[in-house]
Amino acid sequence: MSVTLLIEQLINGLQLGTMLFLMASGLTLVFGVMGLINLAHGSFYMVGAYATAVVSAASGSFLLGLAAGVIAAAATGALVELIVIRRLYHRPHLDQVLATFALILIFSEGTRWLFGSSPLWLNPPEWLNGFATLPGGARYPIYRLVIIGVGIAVAIALYVVISRTRLGMRIRAGESDREMIGALGVNIAKLYTLVFAMGAALAGLAGAMVGALQSVQVGMGEPVLILAFVVIVIGGIGSIKGALFGAILVGVVDTLGRVYLPALFNNFMPASEATAIGAALAAMLIYILMAVILAFKPKGLFAAHD
Amino acid sequence: MNNIARLGLGLLLSSSLATAHAEDVKIGMITTLSGGGSHLGVDVRDGFMLAMEQAGRDDIEVLIQDDARRPDLARTLSNEFMQRDEVDIMTGIIWSNLAMAVVPAAVRQGTFYLSPNAGPSDLAGRMCHENYFNVAYQNDNLHGAMGAYMREQGYENPIIMAPNYPAGTDALAGFKHLFEGEVVDELYTQIGQTDYAAEIAQIRDSDADSLFFFLPGGMGISFMKQWDNSGVDMPVFGAAFSFDEILIKAVGSASIGAMNTSLWAYDLDNEANHAFVEGFQSAYERMPTLYAAQGYDTANLILSALEKAHPSDKDAFREALREADFDSVRGEFRFGPNHHPIQDIYVREVVEGDDGEPTNRLVGVAVEDIQDVYHTQCEM
Repeated sequence: MSVTLLIEQLINGLQLGTMLFLMASGLTLVFGVMGLINLAHGSFYMVGAYATAVVSAASGSFLLGLAAGVIAAAATGALVELIVIRRLYHRPHLDQVLATFALILIFSEGTRWLFGSSPLWLNPPEWLNGFATLPGGARYPIYRLVIIGVGIAVAIALYVVISRTRLGMRIRAGESDREMIGALGVNIAKLYTLVFAMGAALAGLAGAMVGALQSVQVGMGEPVLILAFVVIVIGGIGSIKGALFGAILVGVVDTLGRVYLPALFNNFMPASEATAIGAALAAMLIYILMAVILAFKPKGLFAAHD
Repeated sequence: MNNIARLGLGLLLSSSLATAHAEDVKIGMITTLSGGGSHLGVDVRDGFMLAMEQAGRDDIEVLIQDDARRPDLARTLSNEFMQRDEVDIMTGIIWSNLAMAVVPAAVRQGTFYLSPNAGPSDLAGRMCHENYFNVAYQNDNLHGAMGAYMREQGYENPIIMAPNYPAGTDALAGFKHLFEGEVVDELYTQIGQTDYAAEIAQIRDSDADSLFFFLPGGMGISFMKQWDNSGVDMPVFGAAFSFDEILIKAVGSASIGAMNTSLWAYDLDNEANHAFVEGFQSAYERMPTLYAAQGYDTANLILSALEKAHPSDKDAFREALREADFDSVRGEFRFGPNHHPIQDIYVREVVEGDDGEPTNRLVGVAVEDIQDVYHTQCEM
């Protein structure tokens, strides 16, 4: 267990964290502003990845594909808000969960019907295929560093939009008092559609960037969605700052746990048992983290509504 | 209540006995045709039906149902096959957990079951049955053969990796059993994991001289792409489950150079295999995978036994199956005492094909006449 490995794993954790932030920020915005639990957020992740794969393959340009992925996810998000989500704001959370779960099934089967169950082909562009040398000498893929960079850029952009623009002011107003902002004459329906589409676009961006690393397939969004929910619960539901800290915390803890827990158990038990127990515990680690944080801070680290 | 149930069961049994004497043979196939991993089921079905068509017999009826990879559905379908359709033979299941839900009950009730893929250790050992035949492999075979091959090739410090679930731990145990040396480290990933950056960094940091992994389906695709992007220079080994013709096309050039063990290769030089590969390509316009080869062999085994006896004469039909008197596409094929194959396991390398797409090329034999270790626990 060298220092090089530790540095590399910290960066891996950071990369997982920034990707989770892209997912969680949309989820937490939608919950904070509209009070809606949206299980179908993972479907926008999938839509973004599929659109990117299809357009990249057709045009030969990854950037064009990426733009198409973000636009497709935003358009899908806006459409879903207009057709389905709009009817759910005044319903209890159970109805929202039920309806958005149905959306997952519709999106998954629809995608399978259109593209089949075999994964699609999507790779990072050639010009991002190189390596950077980390302190300590390990080589690290540039593409993963780019994901971190994009994640940080999005975080800064979100901060500026929310704290410095009129739109951001309305979003913040919507978070603190939904009825009042409507009474003040803001077109609340348009604001909701916009926020929802923005969240979907961020999910699509995450799906497109990660799809190039992993495989673009039906159901790829749901495992990420579960982690994103953990992130917003830890960070405090409705808080963008909470989503950022929560995402990086979950990313780093999950990555380091997977590597160092089996090694830790190796010190005082036989190797085969240590790897099995360590791997099992590592899988639970972020949920344990969530339970501990909720025990001390029941509303999360940066609760929006105190 | 109990008596009524028994009476009903008795009536069912007697009615099935009455119709089983008809000349025709009914085969029920339950396999995975939709959802994740459906390309395995589709290939088993297509290979099986190809052999049936080539035989040209019109007295055999094959009923096909999709289990969608769900054990409960597979169980329901098998009950329908046995009670309503009164099939003589069942086959088709891909996944070990589904096989465990269906096979023990089916063979106990007197139906023959021939497995074209799943080979869980329990069915080879303590739960073996005279009406159960595995025409594919015992689950450990391919992993163990790779262990033996790597030791023979002089690798001393492999690092090995699999998902943390029963088939994953079995795979690594099977590998270590025949590798017989020390492994540097064992990595257990989560099932369904998509990001392997942490594992790849660990592999790079270890002083291993080679990597053996078992990551079936989409997990293998994700891993191979990230492995290729990481720039780690280490020979990669696995079982055919991560390197079938369909998966390596999805991975693309990243899979080139990987070695994998298989019970079959499309470029094996024997007459039955030529007929199979050519027939499959002209019928379905794609390359067959090992799953198609297993389905094809299963059908031909059934056909060879039907030449000698009808399944209603259970003892004679079972004896005919046991003889395995058919031309297997994998060369020599015979059954061990637990009705599991004793067969050669081959090594293939993923290379760039004539069309620029990756494809498997036969390298040689990894282990001759491999037999599972569970046959000693089998009392038939």
